Amino acid sequence: MPHAKEAELFNNDEAKVNWHDQALWFVRNKRDKAAHTVKGWEELRNLASAIKANVLSNLDDYLIQFEENAQKNGIHIHWAADAEAHNKIIHDILLKNNVKMVVKSKSMLTEECHLNPYLEAHGIEVIDTDLGERIVQLAKEPPSHIVLPAIHKTKEEVDVLFQKHLGTIPSNGDPQYLTNEARKHLRDKFLKADAAITGVNFAIAETGGFVVCTNEGNADMGVHLAKVHIASMGIEKIIPQEKHLGVFLRLLARSATGQPITTYSSHFNKPTEGKEMHIIIVDNGRTEQLGREHFRSSLNCIRCGACMNTCPIYRRSGGHSYKATIPGPIGSILSPGMDLKKHGSLPFASTLCGSCSDVCPVKINIHEQLYQWRQIITKDVKQPIVKKTVLKIAGRVLANSKLYGFFGKSARFMLKHLPKSVINSQTNTWGKARDLPKVENENFEDWYKKRKS
Amino acid sequence: MKVGLFIPCYVNQLYPKVGIATLELLEKLGVEVDYPIGQTCCGQPLGNSGYEDESKGTCQLFIENFKKYDYIVCPSGSCVYHVKKHFDILEQTEDVINVRNNIYELSQFIFQVLKKANLGASFPYKVGIHKSCHGLRGLRLGSCSERMDVPYSIEENLLKEVKGIQLKTLNRVDECCGFGGTFSVFEEAISVKMGKDRIQDHLNSDVEVITGTDQSCLMHLEGLINRNNQPLKVMHIAEILNSTL
Repeated sequence: MPHAKEAELFNNDEAKVNWHDQALWFVRNKRDKAAHTVKGWEELRNLASAIKANVLSNLDDYLIQFEENAQKNGIHIHWAADAEAHNKIIHDILLKNNVKMVVKSKSMLTEECHLNPYLEAHGIEVIDTDLGERIVQLAKEPPSHIVLPAIHKTKEEVDVLFQKHLGTIPSNGDPQYLTNEARKHLRDKFLKADAAITGVNFAIAETGGFVVCTNEGNADMGVHLAKVHIASMGIEKIIPQEKHLGVFLRLLARSATGQPITTYSSHFNKPTEGKEMHIIIVDNGRTEQLGREHFRSSLNCIRCGACMNTCPIYRRSGGHSYKATIPGPIGSILSPGMDLKKHGSLPFASTLCGSCSDVCPVKINIHEQLYQWRQIITKDVKQPIVKKTVLKIAGRVLANSKLYGFFGKSARFMLKHLPKSVINSQTNTWGKARDLPKVENENFEDWYKKRKS
Repeated sequence: MKVGLFIPCYVNQLYPKVGIATLELLEKLGVEVDYPIGQTCCGQPLGNSGYEDESKGTCQLFIENFKKYDYIVCPSGSCVYHVKKHFDILEQTEDVINVRNNIYELSQFIFQVLKKANLGASFPYKVGIHKSCHGLRGLRLGSCSERMDVPYSIEENLLKEVKGIQLKTLNRVDECCGFGGTFSVFEEAISVKMGKDRIQDHLNSDVEVITGTDQSCLMHLEGLINRNNQPLKVMHIAEILNSTL
């Protein structure tokens, strides 16, 4: 189903739309306040964008440097060309270590690779330990936001979910009670897990170490208790030097939630004695995206989610309406690169207002890339015949003054003389909820000619 | 200084009064204005819909119509942005480069080129500004809420000099109205919801008249206001700046 249809369904419940919009606008506002406290915020964005450009131009060298340094520290490095390879590598590590249950902190890459269903199909239990992720996992839903995975759920809905799965008592959506119960539930899982999977926010070429940012400390809890730590990272997560963290960590949390820094910025450099540490470096379409000149900088993304919080369409259509692992504006420029046909409606789910590009901490020109994808999609993916025909005719009419004059006159004549019931009927999508402008007898050009003569 | 007046296609056809106000205002300011007959459109509806290639003839006609002027002025930030940003699909001849460099949105032309702010207008009403996105984030007619720049706004600079006007501050100062060209039809549900939310913000802020630099956004908002019989009027900024009420 195209985005517009999904969005229409979401909008059947206007109260929920308002709630969703306001919840995310609150986060956007918090971000504004936090960014205002940083002198030279715009300079910081320039710097981050420049560092990422350097990384993408020298990615091969940085990746090899990272691998060498990580191996020196005793970390096992694995390379995965695609999602399938990624999942198989993880499964093999878990098999070798006889792992029955694994705890996982938030990682959009493992979502992208559909790791959970893969491992579950092979008899391994996976527990998502980020609270929001755990909520959607219990609800058997994908995350609807990359930082706030359960933002589409009210606390009352979580209450009902926890009653069913965690045996809680009805609390009318009391957040304190529900969080405490989740904490107890997860603690038990942490203690029993044989392995921990995390994502990677930043992988440092210079040191071979990596940083994982969480607000709940769940990555650390999992890693420190289990004997095996597996970290999944996309090839674009590299930064050249440790000092560059000073740029990215300041931007990330402020952009994401308006915090000065994530509660936990955990640095992993080598395995504890007697334990194993693995990093899976995943391509899964990224090299191809790197090769697309117009879309290369989409790989700058540090997954802060600010473009979702600011997007007036995302806020009013919900993350699930995008039917993609990464929803919202950034997802709408990343997903078409993975599957143009499936995600062909996403670049059109935007007014090109440009708010996403201005909020982006690494200055991805998101709305310009949406425009570029549109040019490709109309050529490579079958378009609705009416839309295609109308626009092709429009192209010819607008290139010809006389034709244009004729069409303009006819359109105004029809608008003026057709009954309102016809003009605002269901076949006119504009008129479903909006009146058309009242039409004057003459257009501007007629008036101008008369005035001049 | 010879100025070519570009009146966007939908303004020409549906809102001649906005074109008239623009022309009168410029003449009042002593500008020699010419409206080239036979002009059509900037091609934006095609480009934004993904049919940029089909718009080359339209863009080329635009260049032919406007290449002889020192400045091109247009009462729409969105159309101006399209010429500046997307006319890269044409071969970059001297004419094309000149047109792209010398095209201005009306308020931008008045404030930056004519360097005027007080235009002698009066308009005794409570006004809310709809900061249309392509003017704001494309042409940078003002600072936007996402960036941490020094705050400024060309529209406000001009409007606050209007006698009797009361400018109202909105809760969300620069959120998109949901027009978005063909978006308004192909993503109808969201487009309408965004428009309704913008209107509510103006109502909550005690606004009587919504104004802005893009009649397309205003057409969308006006369509909703009229359908729902809401106590708001919609006027293009040229109409207010040309007003002597």
